[in-house]
Amino acid sequence: MLSKIFASIAVAITGSILLYGVSDFPAFGDPNSPASAGVPGSESVSLYFIEESYKDTKVPNLVTSVLADYRGYDTMFETVVIFAAGMAIFAILRVVGNDGEEKRATSLEDSFTNGDHSRIIVGTTVRIVVPVIQLFALYVIAHGHHSPGGGFQGGVILGASFIIIALSENLNAALRRLSEQNYVRLAAIGILIYAAFGVMAQILGKNFLDYGVLEPLLFTDGPEMARSHSMLGVEVGVAFTVTAIMFAIYANLSSRGQLEKGL
Amino acid sequence: MAEFIHENIEPYFNYWVYVIIMMIGLWALIAKNNLIKKLIGLSIFQTAIILFYVSMGVKEEATIPILDHHGHEVAASEHRLFVEEDGQKPAEGDHAQAEHHQAEDHDDHATNPDLIANPLPHVLMLTAIVVGVATLGVALSISQMIFKEFGSLEENEILEEIKASASDG
Amino acid sequence: MVDQIPALLVLAPLFGALLVALVGQRDHRVCFPIAIASLSVTLIGAIAAAQHVFANGPMNYFVGGWEKPLGIGIHLRIDALNALLLIAIATVAVLVTFFSIRRVGEKNAEKTHYFYVLFLLLCLGLFGITIAGDAFNLFVLIEVSSLTSYGLIAMGSSRRGTYAAFNYVLMGTVGASFYLLGVGYLYLTTGSLNMQDIHSILGTNPEIASSKAVTIAFIFILVGIWIKMAFFPLYGWLPNAYSYCPSSTACLLAPLMTKVSVYVMIRVMVSVFGLEWVFVSLGWSHLVVWLAVIAILSGSVLALAQREIKKMLCYLIVAEVGYMVGGAWLADEGLWGMTGALYHILADAAMTLCLFLAAGIFVKRHGAREISDLEGMFKKSPWVMAAFIVGALAMIGVPPTCGFFSKFYLIRGGIDAGHWEYVAALLISSLVNAVLFFRIIEIAFFGNKPAEGHDHSHDDHEEATEIAAPHSAPPVWSGNLPLFASAIIIVLLGVFNGQVVALIRTFLEDLPAVAAHF
Repeated sequence: MLSKIFASIAVAITGSILLYGVSDFPAFGDPNSPASAGVPGSESVSLYFIEESYKDTKVPNLVTSVLADYRGYDTMFETVVIFAAGMAIFAILRVVGNDGEEKRATSLEDSFTNGDHSRIIVGTTVRIVVPVIQLFALYVIAHGHHSPGGGFQGGVILGASFIIIALSENLNAALRRLSEQNYVRLAAIGILIYAAFGVMAQILGKNFLDYGVLEPLLFTDGPEMARSHSMLGVEVGVAFTVTAIMFAIYANLSSRGQLEKGL
Repeated sequence: MAEFIHENIEPYFNYWVYVIIMMIGLWALIAKNNLIKKLIGLSIFQTAIILFYVSMGVKEEATIPILDHHGHEVAASEHRLFVEEDGQKPAEGDHAQAEHHQAEDHDDHATNPDLIANPLPHVLMLTAIVVGVATLGVALSISQMIFKEFGSLEENEILEEIKASASDG
Repeated sequence: MVDQIPALLVLAPLFGALLVALVGQRDHRVCFPIAIASLSVTLIGAIAAAQHVFANGPMNYFVGGWEKPLGIGIHLRIDALNALLLIAIATVAVLVTFFSIRRVGEKNAEKTHYFYVLFLLLCLGLFGITIAGDAFNLFVLIEVSSLTSYGLIAMGSSRRGTYAAFNYVLMGTVGASFYLLGVGYLYLTTGSLNMQDIHSILGTNPEIASSKAVTIAFIFILVGIWIKMAFFPLYGWLPNAYSYCPSSTACLLAPLMTKVSVYVMIRVMVSVFGLEWVFVSLGWSHLVVWLAVIAILSGSVLALAQREIKKMLCYLIVAEVGYMVGGAWLADEGLWGMTGALYHILADAAMTLCLFLAAGIFVKRHGAREISDLEGMFKKSPWVMAAFIVGALAMIGVPPTCGFFSKFYLIRGGIDAGHWEYVAALLISSLVNAVLFFRIIEIAFFGNKPAEGHDHSHDDHEEATEIAAPHSAPPVWSGNLPLFASAIIIVLLGVFNGQVVALIRTFLEDLPAVAAHF
């Protein structure tokens, strides 16, 4: 009861402060709001992105170019956040050895051969669907420059394909395809790829993540296309990490850190 | 009343909604007894912020921040590349047409910025979504540990258990 | 080469963490060398950066080379305000790495590499927060450091620690979300995320600076950071989270997390909103100083009531946060309060490190978790107790330790600003600290058990996880080296306080129109 009273007070205070500020806002959907068009006397960041970013990077998807190039430093640490979350979950949950719980794993192959037909439809469907999902995931990763998509979205889809395997058969079946050792490695390699693009630029004498200077390494004509290609590279790195950690979070949460059988 | 709504709520509808959703989340976060429900509240709370940011980037009648390639003066080879890829996604054709006319007027500024949504809030929220997922994952794993150690996810039961183990040694 | 240092500061721990993740699961012995190497690189980088800053002025680093117009890319900045803090963070991180050698190997040996990965990522987050010049980038790095600290607190702690970690997750996320919300309000009104850019927009557009949305942005940013630093009404999560987690985690988090949050608050006040706006237009300095007074007093009183050493130290942190927030908000003419707060960030990092290390060693070697367990500690480990006393004297504020000088500057600011309640709170808190620590010293020296008998057998099942089995006992130097180093730093900071304060003042005196407005 006390917590409800406290909650009501906190909500009332916070909510009224926020609503008090709303009347001062530019109207919803106003193209000339400061956020969209800047304030007089200073150059608008948003307008710069809309007008200039295609010239800078030759990437028509503005969200991708801002995400992976202009604010690439943010995005690298966003990937690090995912990586850190994965590591934190392993550190908290992972139980090595079986810690008292009996082994329950009987793989689907066993149940098939044992005549358990209840999962045949699900299992067969998943086997057909998973390659399609994975192909689509690769498309989303690779096509982030031109349509909605990119490393995070594609990585989540790719991670989901492993989770579907784990759901339809069991966790071991999915772990056979992406083992614990490998998903930790994959996650680290993803960020390494990202950071390597940045460090290469440093080695070539520019600032961290200045992709334009990678032109001779990527065999492109002009720094713009070098930026575009580098963005694809870092998106692939992001996808590695996201895939690995998404699956790893599921695997650890569903099996309480035992990595046995799961749900 | 109607006047108040017309003047103060209608132009800021999204902002009112985000505050209300956020307060629902905050209330659940503080008042709920079950730890998982608290986490649901936390997620609602974070999602409301995403709604707020995305609302900032909205422009009336604008489209998603993906440019149409035809509007630009691109080198011939690149142009071919884009044409091929456009063939794969005809769904964007509608607004592409609209921009096309805009674009032809001035080639340097190939697009009318009023017709393209502000990309920056989208980028920021992509980050915030990822952060939200990461936090939720860690919080769920901690609550799993709590369940393992206390055998309960109800806050009052956990607190009683802590009190009991502290007093009887 | 020098101009790449800002990137190096975050990249060295990042590559360290990735390397540990890649090779650490096969062989745990490589974790420590990698960690110490990457943090040493960072320490050297921080020192080089500080030299450069004090010789040539602030360093600006534009990631990806996106410099103009300001704000399209991410801006990293090292100036006199954060150069010293960077050295402090790197030093504490290196010292705690030594302390962590034995810590992790015992229980959960198979998780050693996860510990080091999280540890390095936490350092990375703190460095990133310190050099961030972009308001949103600051949020991302706050989340990096928070997520890793949730993991570090929850891993291998007792069950009360796990529950404390859960509360910490809730509070920490709400704090970060409030910060994000405040940044959103700023972006909505100014259209920029770069701190310098926002500052100049607010400075040149008085109608924006006086709008409701900017005030609300400031409130939410401030409250968000206060939650992170455990300022007075919002400190509930800190004592449990820091006192029930493994010692090496506590030794890293306690000296750094709250101080870096204080730095973020000062950075936001100085570099985003501007002191003139905060002190003159808003005019809340009295309110915040009173809150700080309550924080100091409540922290001190609650510390008196504790039986456990670590928990007592945690409540002292709450009081110390009150010192710094109050000092930063004193708004006296010469900004001596701000000077004291910035100096105290460094001093308090050293003091807290020393005390937490000593507390960790007591638990480790003698199983002494409570104050009464310290009986006869002077005989058992005289040197550790000596270092503990140095830390205690600094907490009380005895010259020539750094604690005395930070209090001296804070009190000078308080007198200049006419905030006598703050001066009184500082003196009372010093008195309480003296009582606290002399009680401990008395018990440790004379070994008389206090009259009120209590069974200190409770919590034994929780402590058990921390006490080293004899055969796996770590090398003694791994604990003593960082402890003595921190004690020496306390004294050195105190002896050379004039130089350190002069460096801090170079920043504050450069602030535009500081003297003109107060």
